[in-house]
Amino acid sequence: MIRFLVGKLAYLIPTFIGITVVAFSFVRLLPGDPVLLMAGERGITPERHAQLTAQLGYDRPVVVQYLDFVMGLFQGDFGTSLATRRPVLGEFFALFPATVELGLCAVILATIIGIPLGVFAAIKRGSVFDQVSMGAALVGYSMPIFWWGLLLIIFFSGMLGWTPVSGRIDLLYFFPNGTGFMLIDSLMSGQSGAFTSALRHLILPSVVLATIPMAVIARQSRSAMLEVLSEDYVRTARAKGMSPFRVVGIHALRNALIPVITTIGLQIGVVMAGAILTETIFSWPGIGKWMIDSISRRDYPSVQGGLLLMAGVVMIVNLLVDLLYGVINPRIRHS
Amino acid sequence: MKFAHLLAASTLAVMAAAGAHAKTLVYCSEGSPEGFDAAPYTAGTTLDASGKALYNRLVEFDLGTTNVIPSLAESFEVSEDGLEYTFKLRPGVKFHTTDYFTPTRDLNADDVIFSFLRQASADHPWNQYLPGISYEYYNGMEMPTLIKDIEKVDDLTVKFVLNRPEAPFLANIAMSFASIVSKEYADQLEASGNMAALNSAPIGTGPFKFVAYQPDAVIRYAAHDDYWKGREKIDDLVFAITPDPAVRRQRLEAGECHIMPYPAPADIEALKGNDSLEVMEQPGLNVAYLAYNTTVAPFDNAEVRRALNMAMNKQAIVDAVFQGTGTVAKNPIPPTMWSYNDAVEDTPYDPEGAKAILAEQGAEGLTMEVWAMPVQRPYMPNARRVAEMIQSDFAAVGVNVNIVSYEWGEYLAKSTEPNREGAVILGWTGDNGDPDNFLAVLLGCAATGDGGANRAQWCNKEFDDLLQQAKVTSDQAERTKLYEEAQVVFKRENPWATLAHSTVFMPMSSKVTGYIMDPLGTHNFTGVDIAE
Repeated sequence: MIRFLVGKLAYLIPTFIGITVVAFSFVRLLPGDPVLLMAGERGITPERHAQLTAQLGYDRPVVVQYLDFVMGLFQGDFGTSLATRRPVLGEFFALFPATVELGLCAVILATIIGIPLGVFAAIKRGSVFDQVSMGAALVGYSMPIFWWGLLLIIFFSGMLGWTPVSGRIDLLYFFPNGTGFMLIDSLMSGQSGAFTSALRHLILPSVVLATIPMAVIARQSRSAMLEVLSEDYVRTARAKGMSPFRVVGIHALRNALIPVITTIGLQIGVVMAGAILTETIFSWPGIGKWMIDSISRRDYPSVQGGLLLMAGVVMIVNLLVDLLYGVINPRIRHS
Repeated sequence: MKFAHLLAASTLAVMAAAGAHAKTLVYCSEGSPEGFDAAPYTAGTTLDASGKALYNRLVEFDLGTTNVIPSLAESFEVSEDGLEYTFKLRPGVKFHTTDYFTPTRDLNADDVIFSFLRQASADHPWNQYLPGISYEYYNGMEMPTLIKDIEKVDDLTVKFVLNRPEAPFLANIAMSFASIVSKEYADQLEASGNMAALNSAPIGTGPFKFVAYQPDAVIRYAAHDDYWKGREKIDDLVFAITPDPAVRRQRLEAGECHIMPYPAPADIEALKGNDSLEVMEQPGLNVAYLAYNTTVAPFDNAEVRRALNMAMNKQAIVDAVFQGTGTVAKNPIPPTMWSYNDAVEDTPYDPEGAKAILAEQGAEGLTMEVWAMPVQRPYMPNARRVAEMIQSDFAAVGVNVNIVSYEWGEYLAKSTEPNREGAVILGWTGDNGDPDNFLAVLLGCAATGDGGANRAQWCNKEFDDLLQQAKVTSDQAERTKLYEEAQVVFKRENPWATLAHSTVFMPMSSKVTGYIMDPLGTHNFTGVDIAE
């Protein structure tokens, strides 16, 4: 197991170095620079432009800037945001719990709906349920998040009034930001109704963010289940007179879940990407919205630091999934 | 709908009823502030959350107008030569008392001098209190070359000595960057090694004091009990940050907020039709224009520029693109600004006449570029569509137009290049209500050249002399005459096609009373109340 773990970690090092290069160059490859955007329609003289560029350190050779960035990382310094002048790491972790809370809810929702949907569709292959659920999954997968979110807001919040329009909790509640996780903080605040309010605010953004992963998980579960159901051992189990529940629930499902777990792990990246739009629509104060703002301002340190941290999170989650995979399927660990 | 909608809508009512009938006004703001120190930032969103809510200045704009009135200075005198401004400070002005600072003294001259010097001098210990900070408004309004010295005459008297007479000086220092911060608080922060708190835990003299900020979510303020103008009628002010205009509308309609800025133009009719809302509107202090490069042939010929302007059906452009949220512009300054010359006649829409002039000037069959901005701005909802309509109008007089565009930062930079090809669509929103802030910034000789805001590269001696004369004249009636004359010269020379002035809308709950729209486009909650 240790060898397996070391092997996986060894992969992470070159990946991480690659990400530092991509994160650093991505924002610099975009046209425009922060000084020009800061000046706006007023314009800026070449002298003042040069002065501000030098003040920010962007007049140095790109390689020097990159090395400076990497050296900073070793000291835990991800730079200082050009907009707010606060350390990028602090900004990231102030907003990160909001994204994690939303992302976790979305992944849990996608899993608990996606897997049963896919499994039943496989069992009832070719039935109306199979066609309708897989059709719905395809629609969900193709849905533009921005449009879908707005549609749900207009229907459930605007017309029916069942859910709040946006935000994380009713403005009535005001308590210190303890863990950053609103569900936990609202419980700890002891204010009556705060937890319910936080939960109600989570519903629509979670559904929107869960839509694509749910579709992917459902389709993956269906095809994995179909494959397993045609295996000899399943036929043997059936021939032995086992109940359909035991055959599907015990023998088939455990094996079918192996590729599904990998898929769920990969969906963490999808959720991170989806969070950028979902958070913007629902005014959800997480890192997705922060990244959008930083990109539009060409806030180099925030974008490169944010990308790196987000990539780091995805890498760690994928590593955990790999380890879990090894636990479920010992053959992978030993190979 | 009923239960949950009721719950959402009743949230505000509950908030109003909470405590001893605490009144809370919720403003669905459009974005997050970059910080709470008003000096280093230029974005309106940041200045609404800092300059307007938390601070005062020596002089301020009378809310609802662009007139400058005394504020922290209860009076001021200008010397005969216009080089010395002596401000008499209002006695007894209190800074905010919060859980992180308790002032031991009232506002005095030290606070004023500190607030300016920290921006003026690179050697000042507070100049770089945040790494890489710059003071773009202080620099942009030419303060470094204008202010020679700031002297403390006594505790309540401050004298500004200028290098040259500058009539717009008072309007300039009424802007948010000139907000007065507490030197006592700054000293305390410096001693404790926590200077960054000046930007994150602010102290001012303004109508509201800072309570809390949850990044990208909520800013909370409370009324300043000892405010020198008297305590505000509302107890708490909340900025609920909501970047998407469609979502802001939903929140307003669901009762989650009382007031919202920047509605989507397509939503305005529906908002006006909602009985529980009121939609205030006001002409924006802005202009959208098409700037020819007057140094490049054939656009160096004023007759060719006039012919092109005659070929343009501006009313059709405004109707199609602004959809009732704008008016055709004939002058480079908006009609709400003092010295607007209504006697100026706009270039008529006359394609046949245009064709004749182009033939006469040897410019028939001309091919040119029209630049379309890639972004929406308050003065321009859709530059691409405007460019397409101009293309079609110009084609009718035999001028071929290629539409080009660049990424926004590139667009801003490339459009200032002196040898740029083609005409650029751009615009401007006024900073301080002074005509100089439009005419000199956008059309003065000093603003030509690489990096300058004079995208027409137009340097007309007659026009510029009028501006310079107005700048050193302190009598407003005299200045008005000079600017009116300058507008006549502008229209004769046509360095731009003036396109439109947009209208600004402010939808709010009909329970909100006392809100006054600021022609400068800021959002100020002084004097606002909520009907029971």
